[in-house]
Amino acid sequence: MDQFMQQVINGLSLGSIYALIALGYTMVYGIINLINFAHCDIYMIGAYVGYFCLTVFKLDFVTTVLVAMAACTVLGVTIEKVAYKPLRNSSRITALITAIGVSLFLEYGMMFLVGPNVRTYPEITGLLAEKFNIGSVIVSTQQVIIVGISLLLMVLLQFIVKKTRIGKGMRAVTLDADAARLMGINVDSTISFTFVLGSAFAGIAGVLVGVYYNSINPLMGYLPGLKAFIAAVFGGIGSIPGAMIGGYTIGMVEVMVSGYANSMYKDAVVFAILILILIVRPTGLLGRNVREKV
Amino acid sequence: MKELVKKPVLRKGVGLVAVFIIVQLLLMTGVMNDYYFATLVTICINIILASSLNLITGFTGQLSLGHAGFMSIGAYTCAIFMMHVPPGWGVGAFLAGVLLGAVAAGVVGLLVGLPTLRLRGDYLAIATLGLSEIIRIIMVNLDITNGAAGLSGIPRFVNWIWLFVFTAGVVLLIANFINSTHGRACKAVREDEIAADTMGVNTTRYKVIAFIVGAFSAGIAGALYASYFYVIKPDLFGFLKSVDILVIVVLGGLGSLSGSILAAILLAVMSSLLQSFAEIRMVLYAVMLVAIMIFRPQGLMGSKEVSLALLKKFGKNLTFKKKRV
Amino acid sequence: MAELSIQKLTKSFGGLMAVSNVSLEIKNGELVGLIGPNGAGKTTVFNLLTGIYEPTSGEITFEHDGRKTRLNKLKPYRISKAGIARTFQNIRLFRDLTVLDNVRIAMHQNAGYGLLAGFLHLPAHALEEKKIVEESINLLDIFNLSDKKNEMARNLPYGEQRRLEIVRALATGPSLLLLDEPAAGMNLGETAQLTETIAQLRDRFDLTVLLIEHDMSLVMRICERIYVMDYGSMIAEGAPEEIKANPRVIKAYLGEDVANA
Repeated sequence: MDQFMQQVINGLSLGSIYALIALGYTMVYGIINLINFAHCDIYMIGAYVGYFCLTVFKLDFVTTVLVAMAACTVLGVTIEKVAYKPLRNSSRITALITAIGVSLFLEYGMMFLVGPNVRTYPEITGLLAEKFNIGSVIVSTQQVIIVGISLLLMVLLQFIVKKTRIGKGMRAVTLDADAARLMGINVDSTISFTFVLGSAFAGIAGVLVGVYYNSINPLMGYLPGLKAFIAAVFGGIGSIPGAMIGGYTIGMVEVMVSGYANSMYKDAVVFAILILILIVRPTGLLGRNVREKV
Repeated sequence: MKELVKKPVLRKGVGLVAVFIIVQLLLMTGVMNDYYFATLVTICINIILASSLNLITGFTGQLSLGHAGFMSIGAYTCAIFMMHVPPGWGVGAFLAGVLLGAVAAGVVGLLVGLPTLRLRGDYLAIATLGLSEIIRIIMVNLDITNGAAGLSGIPRFVNWIWLFVFTAGVVLLIANFINSTHGRACKAVREDEIAADTMGVNTTRYKVIAFIVGAFSAGIAGALYASYFYVIKPDLFGFLKSVDILVIVVLGGLGSLSGSILAAILLAVMSSLLQSFAEIRMVLYAVMLVAIMIFRPQGLMGSKEVSLALLKKFGKNLTFKKKRV
Repeated sequence: MAELSIQKLTKSFGGLMAVSNVSLEIKNGELVGLIGPNGAGKTTVFNLLTGIYEPTSGEITFEHDGRKTRLNKLKPYRISKAGIARTFQNIRLFRDLTVLDNVRIAMHQNAGYGLLAGFLHLPAHALEEKKIVEESINLLDIFNLSDKKNEMARNLPYGEQRRLEIVRALATGPSLLLLDEPAAGMNLGETAQLTETIAQLRDRFDLTVLLIEHDMSLVMRICERIYVMDYGSMIAEGAPEEIKANPRVIKAYLGEDVANA
C-alpha cells in the first residue's frame, strides 16, 4: 500500500509535467489545427535556459523560471511568425512537415550549440531540496511545487480562456477563424497569444523537469512531447481540463507500469493507450464531435 | 490499338534495361567503387520506401508517420530467417527471407490498418507514429532481435542485379496499380471520401489495400537493407527514418512516383555532399525542409509524372528563355 | 410497383428531428420532385437514401430488376452498386483530378478486372480500360464536356461542374438518379437547357428520377409528381397542379406569386 501511495505521488508529479506541456499542444491544435511538433523542443530550450541561468548566471529559482518563460515565449512566437504563419492556408501535411522541420532544427541546432552530451542540473539547495514523510511515503518539496504550480497555472489558464476578452477571442477563433475575423477579432494576434501561453508553460515545465530529474539533453523533448500530445488527445484535443486529465492519466499509467511491470515497456503501453482511445473514442474524453456537412 | 498499348511499355523497358546495363558496366570497369555503390543501394532502398509511402499518403491521402516501422519488420524478419537457415540455402535463403519479410510487414500493415484507418488526417499520423514506436520498443526488448544492440553479421546477398530487380519491380507494380481502376479508386478516397463512397468505391477496402501494399514494399526495402549493410538495430528505424521517407515523398511531390524517384536521388547526393559537415547536416536539412514547405509546398513535381511531353515543354521553356536573354 | 419505398423514415441528430416520419413512394420510370423551404430536411432524405446517414427509424427499400434491397444499414458504395446515384448540393467533385478521371472513377464498380490484372496490367486491363474511356467520352458528349476531358475538375466553370456531377452519377449505371438542386446557380437559359436534358436522360437511360430543386419553373415543368417537406415532415404530395393549389404548401413555402401563376 505504501509503495502504491509512493507511486501515486510520483505519478502526480510526472502527470503535472505532461499536463503543462499538453496544454500547449491542445491550445495550438484547437486554434490552428496543427500538431506543433516544435512544442516539445521549446520545452527542451526552456530546460537549457534554466540550466544556464542557474549555473552561469547564478540566478535564484524564481528568476530562473521567469527568464525561461520569457525566452520560450519569444521563441514560440518567432516560430509561429516565421514558419507557421506563411502556411496558414496550406494543406495539413505541409504544415505538419514544417512543424517537424522546426522541431529538427531546434533539436540539432541546440546539439550544434551546446553539444550532444547530457548535462546535470545544479543541485538545488534550501527549501526546495527538503523531503518530508507522510506516513511512510516520502514527498519532496519539489514534487509539491511541481503539482502546485501546474494546478495553479491550469486554473489561471481556464480563467483567461473563459473570463477574459482575449480568451473569448481564442474561443471564437477556435470555432471559426473567418467568422471571428468578420466580428472584428484580430486573428493573428489571437494566434500569437496562444503561442505565448503555450510556450511560457513549456518553459516552466522545462525548468521543473531539469530540477526534478537533474539531467537534460538536446533530444530530451521528443518522448515527453509525444506523450504530452497523447495526453492532449486522450483528454480531447482543444480541451484544457481534458489536457489535465490526460496528463495525469498518462503520468500515472507510466509510473504504475514502471513500478509493477517492466519499465522497458512503459512507453509502449502509453502508445497502446493512445491507439485504443483513438479507436474507441477518437475525440477523446472531453472532445467535441464535429460532423462534416454533406 | 496494339501499337498504342505497347509503345510506352516498350519505351519504359528500353529505359530500364539501359539503366541496368550502364550501372553494370560502371561496376565492371570499377568506375563505381564500393562507396558509390553503397550510395546507390541507399538510393534504391529509399526509392522503394518513398514509392510505397507515396501510394499510402500521396495517392490515397492517408498520412502515415510510421513507415520505418514496417521497414524494420521486413529487415528483422529477413535477417533472423537468413541467420537461422543452414548456409547451404545460398541465395535461396535471401529470396525467401525477402519474401518472408515483406509478407510479415504486409500482415502487420493489415492488422494495423483495419482499426486505425477509420481515423483521419493528423490522428492517423499520430496513431501510425505510435505503432512504429511500439514496434521499435518490442525490437529493443526481444531476445531474438538482440535488443538495442541489434543484429550483425547478416549474410550479404544484395548485389546490383537483385537491387535492380526489386526496385524496378516494386516501382513498376505500384505504377501499374495507380494506372488502373484501383489506383483511381485510391485517388478518389484522397480527394473526397464521401463522394468516393457514394460513387461506388469501397473506401475502407482501398485504404487497407494501399496500406498493405505500402507495408509489403517497405518490408522488401527493409530486407534489402539488412542484407546489404549486414547490421541492423532498432534505432535505425525510429521516427527520424519515417520522417526521412516522408520528406522524400513530399519533396518529390505527393502523388508523383517519378517525383519520389528524383527526390530520393537528389537527397542521397545532397547527403553525401554534406558528409563533411556532419555537425550541421541535420540543421541544414531542417532548414531546407521548412523552406521547401513555405516556398514550394507541392514539391518538385506536384502530382505530375515525368513524361516526354513534359520534358519537351521544359526544353521549349529553356530555349525560349535563352532567346530572350 | 414501387421502385423506391420509404416508410416512416426518421432521423434525429441529438435532440433535433431533421426528418420525422416521412413516407414516400416512387414508381419505376417516374420523375418526381422533392421541394420545401430551406432546412426542411430534403438533403437529409438524400443522405439517408444514399447511406451517408443511418436512419434513426423507418424503412427504405429499393427494388430493381426484381431484386429487393433494404437500404437502411448499407454503406454508400453498396447502395451505389444496388443502382442509386446522386449529385450533391454543394458540388463534391474530385477537384484535383481530370474530368475524365471523375467519370472513370464512377465506373469503378463495373470495371471488369481484379487487383491482379491491375498490378500486372494483364490484357483484361487494357481491354476494360479502353471500354471505360469510350463509355466515359460518350457520357461526357451528352453534356458537351468531352472537349474538356483533360482539364482539372476544379478549373471548370460552375455550370459545367454541376453538369459533370450529373455525368459522374450516370457513370455508375444507376436506375434511380437523385439530383440535389441541379439548377442552383444557373441562369435562365442554362436552366431551360438542363430541364430538357433531364427529361431526355430519363428516357434514354431508362431512369427513375427524384430531384430536389428550388427553381419552380423546372420542377413544375418536368416533374410528374411532387412531394413537399417542411420542418422535417412531409406536408403534401400530388401532381404539380394540385401542389400549386394546395393551401398548406402555399402557406409553408410557395408564396402568393406562384399560387397565382
